[in-house]
Amino acid sequence: MAVCIAVIAKENYPLYIRSVPTQNELKFHYTVHTSLDVVEEKISAVGKSLGDQRELYLGLLYPTEDYKVYGYVTNSKVKFVIVVDSSNTSLRDNEIRSMFRKLHNTFTDVMCNPFHNPGDTIQSKAFDGIVSGMMVQSG
Amino acid sequence: MESLTLSDVEQKYYSDLFAYCDTDNTKKVASNGRVLDLFRAAQLPSEVVLQITELCGATRLGHFGRSQFYIALKLIAIAQSGLPLRVESLNSVKDLPLPRFVVGKNEAEARHAALYQDTDSQGLYPASAAAVMPRPPGRGLQNKKAPPVEPQPEPTSPVVSPDQSPPTSPPSWRKHKRQHSGGNVDRPPVVAAAGAVWTQFREPQTVSAEGMWASHSPPPPGQESWVSFTADTPPSSTLPGMHPSSVQESTTIRTVASAAMTNEIQRQSSGYDDPWKITDEQRQYYINQFKTIQPDLTGFIPGSAAKEFFTKSKLPILELSHIWELSDFDKDGALTLDEFCAAFHLVVARKNGYDLPEKLPESLMPKLIDLDDSAEVPEQTADVGYSGSPVEVTPNKSPSMPSLNQAWQEMNPNNEQWETFSERSSSSQTLTQFDSNIAPADPDTAIVHPVPIRMTPSKIHMQEMELKRTGSDNNHPTSPLLTKPPELDEEAKLPASMKFVAANTVGEGYSSSDSFTSDPEPITRQRSQSGTSPEPLKVVAPPPPPPRPHPTHSRSSSLDMNRTFAATSAAGQAQASAIAYLPAVPPRPLPTQAAPGAAAGLATTAAATTTAAATTSPQQIPQQPNFADFSQFQAFAASEQPSSLPEVDKHSEVEKAPEGAGPLRTVKSDGQVDERASASVNSAKGASGPIAPPPKPVRRRLKSEDELRPEDEQHGPQKSNVIAAVLSTQPSIPRSVGKDKKAIQASIRRNKETNTVLARLNSELQQQLKDLLEERISLEVQLEQLRPFSHL
Repeated sequence: MAVCIAVIAKENYPLYIRSVPTQNELKFHYTVHTSLDVVEEKISAVGKSLGDQRELYLGLLYPTEDYKVYGYVTNSKVKFVIVVDSSNTSLRDNEIRSMFRKLHNTFTDVMCNPFHNPGDTIQSKAFDGIVSGMMVQSG
Repeated sequence: MESLTLSDVEQKYYSDLFAYCDTDNTKKVASNGRVLDLFRAAQLPSEVVLQITELCGATRLGHFGRSQFYIALKLIAIAQSGLPLRVESLNSVKDLPLPRFVVGKNEAEARHAALYQDTDSQGLYPASAAAVMPRPPGRGLQNKKAPPVEPQPEPTSPVVSPDQSPPTSPPSWRKHKRQHSGGNVDRPPVVAAAGAVWTQFREPQTVSAEGMWASHSPPPPGQESWVSFTADTPPSSTLPGMHPSSVQESTTIRTVASAAMTNEIQRQSSGYDDPWKITDEQRQYYINQFKTIQPDLTGFIPGSAAKEFFTKSKLPILELSHIWELSDFDKDGALTLDEFCAAFHLVVARKNGYDLPEKLPESLMPKLIDLDDSAEVPEQTADVGYSGSPVEVTPNKSPSMPSLNQAWQEMNPNNEQWETFSERSSSSQTLTQFDSNIAPADPDTAIVHPVPIRMTPSKIHMQEMELKRTGSDNNHPTSPLLTKPPELDEEAKLPASMKFVAANTVGEGYSSSDSFTSDPEPITRQRSQSGTSPEPLKVVAPPPPPPRPHPTHSRSSSLDMNRTFAATSAAGQAQASAIAYLPAVPPRPLPTQAAPGAAAGLATTAAATTTAAATTSPQQIPQQPNFADFSQFQAFAASEQPSSLPEVDKHSEVEKAPEGAGPLRTVKSDGQVDERASASVNSAKGASGPIAPPPKPVRRRLKSEDELRPEDEQHGPQKSNVIAAVLSTQPSIPRSVGKDKKAIQASIRRNKETNTVLARLNSELQQQLKDLLEERISLEVQLEQLRPFSHL
């Protein structure tokens, strides 16, 4: 149900970013970029209190008029960002969590591939498939 | 030995032949049957063969070394082309056609020769091709496998002629393909691919103009694959045409191993086409390669080693990455033997120009015990550019080598998991049975049918309700009842059966099974645990029904089902005893024995459900049974026969819970051993009843209980306070056999009614619970939505 899904590396450069192609992709890229600030803020805030028990799912980063941005951080500081259309109000929090979980699992599979060097852009067809599935749902 | 310069094609061809003949893999070919057959197949006069042998120096050495073998082959070629046999001619003859070996497998060789020659001179190709054409594609396939570049064929089961790795000349290949549009298409590419891969691994081949085919010299294993091709001919449709003939020929020379392979191939052959099937020789080749990296066939190849290995194939990293994704089935970063074979196969195919599939073809999927081999649709030719070529599908995972399968199964972590699961469940069952043996105190009980009692959170409620209702009672039950809540709470926490031990074990067992279902939801797990807790008790019965996790039935009608089942199973003993244990209710006096026992059981199960509904149904429940008791009594006496134990059990159980159950139970107890068991079940249901206005039913039951008293005595200490109260009030009833039947029937009726009422109450409570949960979830969602704002 997402309109844009992005995977950001630890150094805050994108490993993978894909949007529903019919829209202005640059706008989503910009949104994801700005959402990184919010992610950093959440990480630093939570990190102090919980240490390494930080919740991976960050929740709604910030809503705008047209869409909502959700964030998820792995323990290796790889960030997943999902931009969801605001018109999809039926999306529950649990669904977003499950989407992130699926992303994380697929990302782990990509990392396990010995032919994939960490830091490279993700060029896995399986990963693409998963992401497409998530984006197609939103229609 | 004279130095021998061979062209690339010759080199390949010869090395294939050498690999074929090198049965011992010692790089030295003795004058064994293979060599002799080969030479015989050259259709040369024997004296010529002798001369050749002498010339190449094998006579001197007594065996054929590689160089001798090559020399011999070259001499054969020379002889076949009609040139005089001279050592000098070895290097001087240019454009020498490859030696042709015509016998049996030699057909393949001939084809190979033809192909090779084609690549070299294009001259003999048409002839040879024509000659070869009649050969089933199997041959062609074999031909495809050009002589392995690597001098190290790994002849597993050297098969006959096909060993002459026919050069995979694309033209011939394609011709074959066209002509044998069947499975050959798959085979050749695969075979060729395998060869090709290695060729490329070892030497970039640019032998023929045909391109990839020619350039790919099938690895030595290809030889085997050829053999298997022929072997496969009969079973597989991939090799149309000559397969039968070639098979026959090959069979003559086929070794036992190859025959075995044939059988395996036949086994593997299935009805549908599969371009990705791995042939036996290919698989053997892959296995040998696997061994070079990981000597233990059951072990794993780590990702780094696999990366290096496959990088040698010079495929682009992206494609290798994709291949890895496809083949690493369990996503563990390491390759098992099957995964390795699949990956290798894909690499081979890719090198031969086949596009990588999007999904792992079914035939390449590692065989999992619990997976259906046909789960995945086999990759169609579309992927590889074939159209309509019937490809035989052999479930590749049906191991070509039984040992492989075994190894795979051993390696498969899923198997372990499944095995573990079964072990656990069996152990839990064992424990259950153990407990059940202890439970039945009544020796008369022939069959111990643990009455399934579903331990659900609702039980707690039921018990709470009971507590509330009977809290004022000064009966013995009160004290036990007071002690019961904590126990019940514990029970509820352990969604286990009546017996703590068994329940715990079962719960663990089922929780493990839950883990296998990979359901991370703790709720589900708990449910399943609770759902399955009563199961073990049930299992104790002779034909133990398999434990069923009822994630969602814990509080629903399953209770009724269990009760009904338990009642009918008449196995209340275990449960009765269990019930007794759980509440730890002190043994009650006679009148209250049966009732308490039953009531306890019922209370445990029905407490939760009935507690909630106590407000509504309790009154109804007790009243109904009360009314029913008497009417049933008459009815029973009049018409019904004291039925089987189940009925009695049910009655006894019902009695326990409702006050009416008590008297019924007493009646039953006379002749019913299972009352306890059933009582436990009924108690669950009946608990709601008893929870109802105890006083009223008590009185009525007292009357009937008098008659049923004896039965009640059989029931052990009771749990539910209500029951205790009821029982305590009941005067001892003299046993009367004559009235037993009627009483039993009446009690049965009453218990049934109580059961239905309790069931209804239970469902209502559950519905309420669901509503509340939904509200809670919605509230949580709202909270989540509001939370982010707090950060901004």
